[in-house]
This record gives sequence, C-alpha cells and structure tokens, in this order.
Amino acid sequence: MEKSLIKNIKNLAASTISIDDILDKIPLGISLIDKNRRILLVNRSFEALTGFIRTDVLGYPCWQVLRCRHCIKDCPVLRMGKNTENACIESDIINKDRQLIPIRLNTAVLKNQDDEIVGFIETVEDLRPIRELDSKISQAFSFSQLIGRSPQMEKIYQILPIFAQSDSSVLITGETGTGKDMVAEAIHQASSRAKSPFIKINCGALPENLLESELFGHQKGAFTGAIETKPGRFRLAHNGTLYLTEIGDLPLTLQVKLLTFLDDQIIHPVGSTTGFQADVRIIGGTHRNLEKMVRDGQFREDLLFRLNVVRLHLPPLRERQGDCRLLMDHFLNTLNMKLSKRIDGFSADTLAILNNYPFPGNVRELKNIIEYSMNICQEGKLNTEHLPAYILESDTQPEGFNDFSRHERKHPKLEPEAADHHKDRQTWPDRERKLIMDALLETSGRRNEAADILGWGRSTLWRKMKQYQIS
Amino acid sequence: MRKKIIIPLFGNEVAPRFDLATEVLVISLELQSGEREEKTMVLPQASSEQLCHLALTEGAQVVICGGIEEEYFRYLVWKKIQVFDSMMGSWESAFDSTISKTL
Repeated sequence: MEKSLIKNIKNLAASTISIDDILDKIPLGISLIDKNRRILLVNRSFEALTGFIRTDVLGYPCWQVLRCRHCIKDCPVLRMGKNTENACIESDIINKDRQLIPIRLNTAVLKNQDDEIVGFIETVEDLRPIRELDSKISQAFSFSQLIGRSPQMEKIYQILPIFAQSDSSVLITGETGTGKDMVAEAIHQASSRAKSPFIKINCGALPENLLESELFGHQKGAFTGAIETKPGRFRLAHNGTLYLTEIGDLPLTLQVKLLTFLDDQIIHPVGSTTGFQADVRIIGGTHRNLEKMVRDGQFREDLLFRLNVVRLHLPPLRERQGDCRLLMDHFLNTLNMKLSKRIDGFSADTLAILNNYPFPGNVRELKNIIEYSMNICQEGKLNTEHLPAYILESDTQPEGFNDFSRHERKHPKLEPEAADHHKDRQTWPDRERKLIMDALLETSGRRNEAADILGWGRSTLWRKMKQYQIS
Repeated sequence: MRKKIIIPLFGNEVAPRFDLATEVLVISLELQSGEREEKTMVLPQASSEQLCHLALTEGAQVVICGGIEEEYFRYLVWKKIQVFDSMMGSWESAFDSTISKTL
C-alpha cells in the first residue's frame, strides 16, 4: 500500500519526477505517513525542523519523530475519517537539538481511486518568526491595523489577544466606522486559526433566500437555478473564522439556523440530506442595539446569548482621548505616500475644527476627510479651505473660525437677532435691511457711527440704504 | 555494582516527549549478574521538573528518553546523570542499545 502511494505520485506527470525532489523544494516541513501513522517520506524542511535525517526515520511512528504535543495528547490523524476536511492546529515540538519550537500542523487525508484512505500528509510550519514579529508589533500603539493610544483602546489591545486565543464566539458592537471589521480580522489573525480562511459576509446585503444559500450552501438541483453544488460560506470558513457583519440585520429564520449551528456545529446545505461538521469560529458585528432588538422581537434572545460569549464594544472616536490627532497624523503619512504628495501637516485652525468635530462616522469619516483635504491641497499645510464644506457648516465649528463669527463677536448685540434670523427664515436682504435700521436707530440717524457698527464704509452704507430705499 | 535507569514511557515505547510523560519505568540493574528489577511509576501530571526530581530522588545514573529540552538535559548532566535522548521505539530495544553503549 505504501509503495503504491509513492508510485502513483511519481506517475502524476508524463515523465517520472522524483517526489523527493518536489517536496524538497517546498519551504515547509512535509511528511507522508501511512494508515498506521508510520513515516513514508519526509522532505528537507522537515529534516531541518526536526533534526532527524530521512533515512533514520522511515518506517518509524510519526509521533516518535515529530514529537508534537498533540501527537501524544490528541493526535489529529486519529480523528480523521474518509470525509474529514483538513485539520489545522497550533502546537509545539522538541527537535533533536533539544529546542522547543512552536509549530502549526496541518493534516490531510490521502485517498486512492477507490476512495479508500491510504495515508496522510502532514505539513509542519515553524512559527518562531511569526511569534517574534508579534512581540515587536505589540510594542507599538497598535494591534494589527488598529491604531490608538487612548486608555479605552489600550484596554482593547490588552484583551484582544486573550479573546483571540480562545475559541469562543465573539460579538463586536460599536458605532459605524469604529473598526469592527478590523477587530474581527485582528482576532482571526492572532488566533490559532490564522492560517485558515477568514470569511466575511454582510448579513444585510442579500435577500433572505440568497443569504441562506450563500451562508449554508446548496445542493445541485435544490431549487430552480441551482445548477451546481455550492459550498457556502460556512464550509469555506472550515477551520477558520466566519465574520457575520451587520448580524442585527440577519432575518429571523436564518437566526434559527445559525442558532442550530452554534449548538451542534453542523451545517445543512439547502436541499442536502446530510449535514457537514464545520469547525468554524463565529464573530458577529453590529452597530445596532441587540438588546433593544430582542425586546422589539426583531432578534432572537437565545441567539444573542450564544453570540454574547465574548463581547467587545468599540468606543466612538469622540470618546477616544488623544486618538484623533494620532489618527490624523497616521492618515496624513499614509496618504502622503499613497497620493505621492508632500503635505507638511495641519494648520492651527484646521486642527481646532477637527478636534471639535464630533465625527459621527468615526475613524472612517476622519480618514475620508483627510483624504478629501489632501486631494484638494496641493502643498504646504492643510488649511480650513481644504476641508469638506459640510464640516465648516457644522454647528460644532469653533467660534472665531470665520470672518462672520468675528464680526458677531465684535457686535454682540447683533447675536440674538442673528439667531432669530434662522428661526424666522428671513431672506438675507430682509435681514440686512433690519440690521441697517437698527444701527441707524441706535445712533439716532448718524450714518458714520451706524457704518462703524455694521463694519462697513460710509459709502457702502449709503449704497445699501439706497438699495433698500431707506431715507 | 547496581545501576538505576529511568525511562519515561508512552505505552510500551519510550515517551516521545520528556515533558509530557506521565508514566516512568525505573530499572535497577545489577551489572555483574545482569539481574534487573523493574517498577513502573505513574505521575500525577506530566512535568519535566517532576521527572528530574524523580531521577534525583531515585538515585538514577541513566535516563533514556525521547525529546528533552536543553535546560533539563543540562540539569540532569550537571547532576551527573547520563542522558540518552532522542531514543525511539520500544523501551526494551532502547534499553538494550543504551546498556550496550554504557557498558
């Protein structure tokens, strides 16, 4: 059986290629083992990693050679059947040089033409470089692609690796643009499932029927138009993570199906009689208040409880003290490179406006504002005129930012009426006429003084009086 | 002259990992006559430290094991215990080949 396995692989191409040569060129430890878990073949990377040379280990049980923690406690090969998908685990080995090495072990079944198991293939990846990189990254004010040094974000950086290492379902809540998607991906990347797929699906983007098929897959002929079997996102995310964004928009019927999956980890594709055991970690994200949705009968309480194993709330940007400036500088630097520009920084006025702006769209909105401004600005510093108009029109703009405000400060008596102007929805000519009349009344008709109050020249006042027929 | 040999076990084989072995075979060998006594000990939990402690308290001169971390290897050597690591297969064959080397 073992010989035939190797022979068949040799005969894959038109002319015989040595399987040893092929495997030696792959920079990943590979071993082929038979049904009894005895080693048939190992490649050069495997030799380098374990310290054993191939001639010494052929025919030996794989657990004696690889010496992986899982070989002894919970061998993944023993759990493999004909239809089992690849198994991916993070573990460690002790090599011949007496080093404890963190590894990622991927195991898959090898079958012959009659669909019988003839052996297994194991790939062993050395995780030392990744672990070293992780420790360097964690020193910065960031985690994965998340940036911030506010106490709220530091709490999240501390807790994310812990969440990542567990295999529990995660529910990420937060306003739009706070970085829910990035956190979900960061959790996946920091977890033991990092090498497996991270599949994202927006629950609010598709109609119910399509979403069911998209999530759980369908069998060929299950419904009109199902011309071929579709695996579904759950199956694609096998051994990995499935991120359900906008989970609050998931229809009630699919909430039940998701609930069933969370209970028994089996998915039933549309039209299929058999289920599929999927090893998938679920991460849900929403900007909605799920508790309120439960009270309104729009979200299942039991699903909320199952998803709510680990909950992470991302603070809005306005509550992240000091992060706004950090993010502004970060986006300025990255966009300078992306847009090939040399913008020096922000003017004091721009900083004042942005610091006082509430950012309802959070980090996403801040990024868009900076990108817009950098597209408008050609060189030098980003000034107020480069900012999008809607920010300048915002109620939150600081006083003294434009000339009109300065004029109002200079003549405080005009302010209440200026407010009335908005209430009464007067036109500007009406408003201007009233201002002139008030100034003239206050100065008892003395035009020079009235012009001073209004901040105009005497000739301007005379022209305006003529225009509004004030005599 | 007697020699005490310790072999961490995994079933009938030498345990692939020193730090994960929960069963230990202690062999007391009379070198001249070749007479030997065997006793198996089960540890409450797998631990390199416990195994090292056991080797010392039992007064072992030789440890036959699979993969062992450098730190524990050096510790045992420092304690004048001969360590034969990266051994594979059944404990009997490992024992026989080791004894022939030590003798």
